[in-house]
Amino acid sequence: MDDDKIPMKKHMTINRRSFLAAGLAAAVGAAAKPAQALAGGVADAGKSEAVVLATLLDLSKCIGCGACVEACREASAQRFPEPVKPFPKMYPSRVKAADWSDKRDVDDRLTPYNWLYIQTASGEYDGRPFELNIPRRCLHCQNPPCANLCPWGAASKDGRGIVAINDEICLGGSKCKDVCPWHIPERQTGVGLYLKLAPSFAGNGVMYKCDRCQDRVAAGGTPACIKACPEGVQTIGPRDEIRAKARKLADEIGGLIYGDTENGGTNTFYVSPVPFDVLNKTVETGPGRPHLASVANPFSTEDILARAVYAAPLAGLAAGALHLIRGAASEDDHE
Amino acid sequence: MNERTMNLIFRLTVFALLFTGFAQMPIFARYYLADVPGFAWTADYYLNHVLHYGLAAVLLVFLGWRLPLAVKRRWTPGGLLLAMCWAGVVLTGLVRVMKNQPDVFFSPTFVMAVDWAHLGFVMLLGAVSLGRRLATGNRVTAAP
Repeated sequence: MDDDKIPMKKHMTINRRSFLAAGLAAAVGAAAKPAQALAGGVADAGKSEAVVLATLLDLSKCIGCGACVEACREASAQRFPEPVKPFPKMYPSRVKAADWSDKRDVDDRLTPYNWLYIQTASGEYDGRPFELNIPRRCLHCQNPPCANLCPWGAASKDGRGIVAINDEICLGGSKCKDVCPWHIPERQTGVGLYLKLAPSFAGNGVMYKCDRCQDRVAAGGTPACIKACPEGVQTIGPRDEIRAKARKLADEIGGLIYGDTENGGTNTFYVSPVPFDVLNKTVETGPGRPHLASVANPFSTEDILARAVYAAPLAGLAAGALHLIRGAASEDDHE
Repeated sequence: MNERTMNLIFRLTVFALLFTGFAQMPIFARYYLADVPGFAWTADYYLNHVLHYGLAAVLLVFLGWRLPLAVKRRWTPGGLLLAMCWAGVVLTGLVRVMKNQPDVFFSPTFVMAVDWAHLGFVMLLGAVSLGRRLATGNRVTAAP
């Protein structure tokens, strides 16, 4: 088998949530269908034929050579920002430019020019010293806050489990970074659509992050970082299979998984022989350097409220119809 | 509940929806509103998102309740345009709620189109409501 090809197994899942969504799709079908056609017929609520892919990172294998970082840079170079300078003056003055264009070589944190870096954790666990290297990038959440809350439709998730930011329409408001529990996206000022709108008053550039080589994956290829790794740290495949592999590996080495349930579930599974709360205390965190703490599902309330939103028009309609019928009956009584 | 109270609830709901909708844009922190004592919550995206969902449910109950009455009424061109704006806001809003379900996928182009359409219909709704009010010189409700 060509090692650049991802093993895929098409599947179709229907559960209560997707059933509800499909029901709503039918209810709003008349208006939604033209838009679906506009979108190339890819809108497929409730019956995804695409395969959600996930990655498994066996941290016990990573030697921190940086081959993945280098490969990511090469593969993404064409999409790196080329900002126009000087930057537009921004109002109010507290809005600061984010400029990494003169620091393109920085590779010890995430930047608009470095979408993957190696984080190092060292210390002592169970009476034994450890040193682990952790490739850090976007985890590609199953229910990504960046995509759900982007008010401009610039960030979205696709059926292959990839979360990507469209650099042609992103305005660089950095909301995606604020709502991401790991603050992954990084901003570059002086580039993008905002320059053509009201650059002094709205927007501030474009947000950049790993898109797990979306174009390559769409063509059936493998993300550059996975292909370049000499140690086979990363594996990619259908999420269910990768999850099972991650659990098996964790059992074998007596390790733990990070990414399975974090933030409501992600498409990245880190497996480590050292607990992640221990690692989290030893890694350097801060701007561009994400933590490894546990993260609860931020949309648990919205998931419940969504059902109320679906049911509300029907409840109102029933009440309105009842009101009309009662009114008509009352008129009949008067006659 | 009388018509006057219903209208008041409707107007407050629409205002709150507008506010929490605009709070989804990173503008309240940038333009100092969140700095005003007691208004820090306006820059809390998650809180405003939850509020927007809850308020949307209230609005949809109201619109659903009005629908049988609306079907019976005699429509003016202005009223019809207003109703179409409402339909656009509601449908794009519902699709946005669907989009936020973890196992529902839309193409990026469709997501962008729906997000822009939702914003566009809200703007249009405001413009049409204002236009009707100016044209008639009377108090007209924003409800279809």
